Amino acid sequence: MSVDAATVRRIAQLARIAVTDAEVPHLQGELNAMLNFVEQLSEVNVEGVEPMTSVTPMAMKKRQDVVNDGEIADDIVKNAPATENHFFLVPKVVE
Amino acid sequence: MTDLTSLTLAEARKGLASKTFTSLELTDAHLKAMEEARALNAFVMETPDQARAMAREADARIGKGEAGPLAGIPLGIKDLFATKDVRTTACSKILGNFVPTYESTVTSQLWRDGAVMLGKLNNDEFAMGSSNETSCFGPVGNPWRREGSNTTLVPGGSSGGSASAVAALLCMGATATDTGGSIRQPAAFTATVGIKPTYGRCSRWGIVAFASSLDQAGPIARSTRDAAILLRSMAGHDPKDTTSVDIPVPDYEAAIGRSVKGMKIGIPREYRLDGMPAEIEKLWSDGADWLKAAGAELVEVSLPHTKYALPAYYIVAPAEASSNLARYDGVRYGLRVSGKSIGELYENTRAEGFGPEVRRRVMIGTYVLSAGYYDAYYIRAQKVRTLIKRDFEDCFAKGVNAILTPATPSAAFGIGEKGGADPVEMYLNDIFTVTVNMAGLPGIAVPAGKDSQGLPLGLQLIGRPFDEETLFSLGEVIEQAAGRFTPVRWW
Repeated sequence: MSVDAATVRRIAQLARIAVTDAEVPHLQGELNAMLNFVEQLSEVNVEGVEPMTSVTPMAMKKRQDVVNDGEIADDIVKNAPATENHFFLVPKVVE
Repeated sequence: MTDLTSLTLAEARKGLASKTFTSLELTDAHLKAMEEARALNAFVMETPDQARAMAREADARIGKGEAGPLAGIPLGIKDLFATKDVRTTACSKILGNFVPTYESTVTSQLWRDGAVMLGKLNNDEFAMGSSNETSCFGPVGNPWRREGSNTTLVPGGSSGGSASAVAALLCMGATATDTGGSIRQPAAFTATVGIKPTYGRCSRWGIVAFASSLDQAGPIARSTRDAAILLRSMAGHDPKDTTSVDIPVPDYEAAIGRSVKGMKIGIPREYRLDGMPAEIEKLWSDGADWLKAAGAELVEVSLPHTKYALPAYYIVAPAEASSNLARYDGVRYGLRVSGKSIGELYENTRAEGFGPEVRRRVMIGTYVLSAGYYDAYYIRAQKVRTLIKRDFEDCFAKGVNAILTPATPSAAFGIGEKGGADPVEMYLNDIFTVTVNMAGLPGIAVPAGKDSQGLPLGLQLIGRPFDEETLFSLGEVIEQAAGRFTPVRWW
């Protein structure tokens, strides 16, 4: 399988990464080189094989559903580029 | 006094205990070495004040007889580990000036045991790379050069700063992480010892995530014994990482020098690649001979799905990365590039903040997880992963204790020499190491010899799950036979 220029733009949009028209051919070449490389997996017989979900056999641990941390709003917003009263600021979302 | 930077961690520990020197003296010697080695670009952040404060604290503890197992030992920390109040960037522009308000579990355990932090070490951006060339702080120099050449070589990656700093005697040991070979390949390129423990052995909490089902922390050290000492402090159960395993941490150092007599060592025929350099072949058979001389039994084994590990990795790892890196949105931390809408803000921030390799991997990961391609790529790769793991299980079920392979297909190469036209050329560096991550197994790289140009080469030992001790015992046999290797200072 290989990707065309329109697919490269669609992937970039899904990944929320702006790409310029000039970058598309180069990215297309790189992505196709990777896809070409992984293509050899199609020759493996995976009939009846379970896809791996956990590399070590373990039951998922669950913690008690209780509050065990908090009151650290200053810490949470400390590294944010724009905040106001412990809120993260973003461009207007709803008109 | 002998140069304190030339000691191993184990030797320094002895000198500190016997009060031959203080941690402050040991730390100052390393801080000086670090300052003089800026040409290597191994450290992206130096923390000398903090180092001296921690050293004084360690000296006080040693004086009171309360020394922890790493009391007063100066270490470097890969910039992927969150360090409280010390900038942590994963060597990506997108994290900018991120200063964590918390400490990663692994580093907090090192400080608990008395270690001293010298600074933060360079790595490939988000640990994506095999040469440390994708770092936003620029490439790292390998302390090793080809004989008679002035060309600066890469130290490998992604833990290139860790390997370079340990090899150049700038720190007594370093933390590192390994998703596809990022501890073992740089260790092999710099004649240092690096171990990627079993998945779940070390907590991933507070380590910048790349591919969560593959990432593991481990040490890069000057000797097998040093690696064992460091891993004991780094490992252990952590309720904050649900994949960390709740089993006791053994005294790994006790495995150093333990007999390997009667152990069955597998030599996988699929690792004998077409066109493998004769030097690598020779190294491999030397390693087998040394283990045999120590009483181990060598057996040929088969891991039939080996060749599919790297392509499967380049689906699974980017898929997980695309999900993990979705958090870098320019809103909660790090870089922000404005846009007219929130969507534009995300897109501009991520275009500006991610380097080319990271952007490529996020995009391929997004593609293989997208509607219509998920089964063909992602699910298929996860099935292949099951088969890769099964190969190892079959091998261990036949009584094999560990598997011996070369660590890398070549010695270190020059900056800018690989991967320029085709990213896959760079990816092939991890061909011998990536299977281990896919199967969640422990793997150690130990220096074993040099190539014809005088560059170090390493051997890899792959163990059963949670049997790092056997790897330390076997690694020590190789180290005793091969000797230790130190680069000639040029920086």
